Amino acid sequence: MNLKAAKGDLDSKIFDTINIILLVVFTIIIVVPLWNVVVSSFSSGRALAEGGFIFWPKELSLENYQAVFRDTGIWQAFFISVAKTVIGVITHVFFCAMVGYGLSKKYVRGRKFYVAMGVITMFFSGGMIPTYLLIKSLGLLNTFWVYIIPALLSFYDVIILMNFFRNVPDSLEESAKIDGGGDWRVFLSIFIPLSMPAMATIALFNGVGQWNDFMTTKLYITDQSLYPLQMMLYEIIVQSQTQSMQNIGSVAIQTTTKGVQLATIVVTTLPIVVMYPILQRYFISGMMLGAVKE
Amino acid sequence: MGKTVLVQPTGTGPVQSTGKKPRGQRIKEFFIDFRRQWELQSMILPGIIFMFIFCYIPIYGLSIAFKNYTVIDTLDSAPWVGLDNFKIIISDKYFWDSVVNTLGISFLKLAVGFVIPIILAIMIYEVSMGRFKKFVQTISYLPHFLSWIVLGGMLITWFSTSGLLNEVLLGLGLISQPQNILLDPSKYWWIATLSDIWKEAGWGTILYLAVMSKIDPTYYEAAKIDGASRLRQIWNITLPNMKMIISLNLILTVSGLLGSNLDQTLVLMNSQNREKAEVINSYVYRMGMTQGDFSYATAVGLGVSIISVILLVTANKVTSKLNDNQSVL
Repeated sequence: MNLKAAKGDLDSKIFDTINIILLVVFTIIIVVPLWNVVVSSFSSGRALAEGGFIFWPKELSLENYQAVFRDTGIWQAFFISVAKTVIGVITHVFFCAMVGYGLSKKYVRGRKFYVAMGVITMFFSGGMIPTYLLIKSLGLLNTFWVYIIPALLSFYDVIILMNFFRNVPDSLEESAKIDGGGDWRVFLSIFIPLSMPAMATIALFNGVGQWNDFMTTKLYITDQSLYPLQMMLYEIIVQSQTQSMQNIGSVAIQTTTKGVQLATIVVTTLPIVVMYPILQRYFISGMMLGAVKE
Repeated sequence: MGKTVLVQPTGTGPVQSTGKKPRGQRIKEFFIDFRRQWELQSMILPGIIFMFIFCYIPIYGLSIAFKNYTVIDTLDSAPWVGLDNFKIIISDKYFWDSVVNTLGISFLKLAVGFVIPIILAIMIYEVSMGRFKKFVQTISYLPHFLSWIVLGGMLITWFSTSGLLNEVLLGLGLISQPQNILLDPSKYWWIATLSDIWKEAGWGTILYLAVMSKIDPTYYEAAKIDGASRLRQIWNITLPNMKMIISLNLILTVSGLLGSNLDQTLVLMNSQNREKAEVINSYVYRMGMTQGDFSYATAVGLGVSIISVILLVTANKVTSKLNDNQSVL
């Protein structure tokens, strides 16, 4: 009996060891390529063209970043990215919360119809071209508002917030109503402060989506002054791909584009990485909220 | 049935009644309630108007798939052409190429990418050191938050002749000449699949881990006393408890077989690998947005979504048979 238990312990130890080794390999596969991009962006053009390094560049230099920040375009793109993320998130969360609050009251007239109408939008959409034609006929092409207005509402988020509001005790609402407050007052001064955790989760995921979104720009924007960082990066990538394929320009020009591309990647990703620890705190609550919707 | 009158304590609720009343009176009551609830209605109605404009008008706009729409037309003035656009699709070689590529990449993602998050989730679950567990999770979720444009830029850097991949392969002696595999069409499906797995495998574990955390720990204790090995415990306790969530994910994956990642394709596709990289989404984009053939592009998109719905229903039927007639959806 003792022998059997000891054997089981040994097996278990072997299992743990192999498991941990495999997980370490897995994290290396994720971290090393990311690290390589960061150090490459701090590498001089010459060292970049030669290659031959993985963990530390042969020649450290800030020339790529100097080239990136000398271009006024990147400041403009950064400003657009920040503006569309901040404005987009605030309006999206408020709009979804407002609709969700209204629908959270079971006695609202027409509620069944409203919810059915919303659920249909979760499964059916007109797709790329009909949506494009709509945006065009609304005159939203090449305006900043195309980042904000079509992204105002997502019925998933409405349902999540609606379920959250429902779990708030009725007594809070009643006491406010006795004091003479209407539904708007109750919503703005009681429910919004109470539901900050749920709204923060939606805000963070929506914010990452806005920051990373590039299709909206690709489809609806041709005016370069409205390009966000993602679109600018895309243009740089396409440009350097064509150059290296058709051998346009000297090696020097090609390596500069490559360095600029790397530095832009880092600049574009930095806000996400900075926000990542905060984001992480909301993963679990986000998944729990997500589970409710299924 | 007696008349039960429920009056909301707040005074804004409707006067509900379960008894049958004449139609006129019901409509009148509806409007009285509606006016009393104007504050709540004023919160909901902007959302309804929004959905009408941004969701239902485009759904109506799908009708151009059955029309010959040109730039000078409005949605209603374009002439009807019936199923003509769909007939052209059938003989369109480039469309079928994009279908083959979409299915090829999707099946690779299904075959390789579906099990990896499951295995990874089990591996993370089996770790007993809290710190290390947290660390692995933190690292593995990170790539999910990078955009495809950023990842595309990174991939191009890693695959370039002086990039990371060539350094590693040269160092290991696996190749003698550096080469850029992004320019090699025969490797594109694997690049699309593996880069997607690299990005999403860690994130895919979250749902599985959430389900596993609800498994009753006494099962494992009992199994330990019976002398079951760790692998045996995984096979006989962990996996059976994940059956539902795995089938749900499988159904969603199968119904998404014809779906493709437009962001990924747009950033990784180039003139050399296009024949293997063009997927249905990017084909719709090219026909509609670049070439301006709105009707045809809409027809392609509509046809593909109809097939996807059929796939979803079939997959749900098949898995519910396997799951003792319990439907997952």
